[in-house]
Amino acid sequence: MAIISNATTIADAGAFSVSLGAMTLIKTLTASSSANLTFVHGSSSVVLDSTYPIYKFEFINIHPATNGADLKVGFRDGGTDYDATKTTTYFSAYHNEAGNDSGLAYDTGEDLAQSTGFQNICKSIGNGNDENGSGELFLFNPSSTTFVKHFMSNALAYEANDYILNVRVGGYCNVTAAIDGVQFSMNTGNIDSGTIKLYGIKDS
Amino acid sequence: MGVISNGTTLLDAGALDSGIATGDMTLISTSTASSSATIDITSGIDSTYKEYIFKFIDIHQATDGADFQFQVDTGTNTSYNQTITSMGILSYHQEDDSAAALGAHSGSAILHQETGFQDLGRSLGNDNDQSLSGELHLFEPSSTTFVKHFMGVINEAANDNGTNQRFVAGYVNTTTAITRIRFKADSGNIDSGTIKMYGIK
Repeated sequence: MAIISNATTIADAGAFSVSLGAMTLIKTLTASSSANLTFVHGSSSVVLDSTYPIYKFEFINIHPATNGADLKVGFRDGGTDYDATKTTTYFSAYHNEAGNDSGLAYDTGEDLAQSTGFQNICKSIGNGNDENGSGELFLFNPSSTTFVKHFMSNALAYEANDYILNVRVGGYCNVTAAIDGVQFSMNTGNIDSGTIKLYGIKDS
Repeated sequence: MGVISNGTTLLDAGALDSGIATGDMTLISTSTASSSATIDITSGIDSTYKEYIFKFIDIHQATDGADFQFQVDTGTNTSYNQTITSMGILSYHQEDDSAAALGAHSGSAILHQETGFQDLGRSLGNDNDQSLSGELHLFEPSSTTFVKHFMGVINEAANDNGTNQRFVAGYVNTTTAITRIRFKADSGNIDSGTIKMYGIK
């Protein structure tokens, strides 16, 4: 039997079996003219290890300081640099407000082949007052020391030239070292405002 | 404050609803492959949830180039041969940058009123560090009115040393309730990996 007050377990004799849900909010970072938003395991209450087999980042209303800037992501596989080697795919669907341009295309200028650079996950975000980028990124089993680390993102940008842009990225960090940090930044200028939330998807 | 025993609320002074979030996504089961010919999930798929999500974590094939597949069945049947119509999209890129493209699936990668297994991953590498991860959504499998839609997105380390992001969608063309699902490789065993099934409230 458990005695719980306001979601805090006060007493639990061992039979506690209420499911508290499979997705746990770990950390929320809020940009304010920020050069980057960085999640590091063991720092500022961030958990990014074998506690969860899947991690989900939600980026919400990312507003760049610079018009047309890209939101990028890098992964840390030891040391302090976010330079884990990546091979990725990148394609997008787009449609402009004028209604005279739309399509679906792979972009060989945005994918990576065994690169240590940051991966573009939300391209050319406008910096008009109402323009922003939002989306999600899944990172699978970052603590594995056996397999590459798969990740996938799905993002929407209110693009600088007044397009809606849906960007899909998939790939892997081609390393067997554990990933213990993830950093988001713009390719130019600061993240003026916006929120990135890190969730863990429970193992049991 | 609430007093709860084994999931049953015994006492609730009124603050329980606002105080405890039980979450909208519930882990139902975990299946772990160990040189497994198939991974069958035969319980927990019913009318409890309108949507089920299967998460694949580092599925590693025993055979290089093998595909990772699924099929479903009804009742207590074990044939796993329901009729499926499906489509797919592949985005791929080689590690040596020699090729990259986006395209629609054709041929054996998709099904048209066929009872074979639906590919989720194709031509997977079996190097020690190669694997597949991703997810598959199955919508209202208990419906006896509608076909059963599914959609998945997968990332693969392919046997030709590239990354594949694969999107698969379709429907199981039956109005009988789906109660079970089978995952397997088209050749050889699933050497290792984990499949987790979640229900969405």
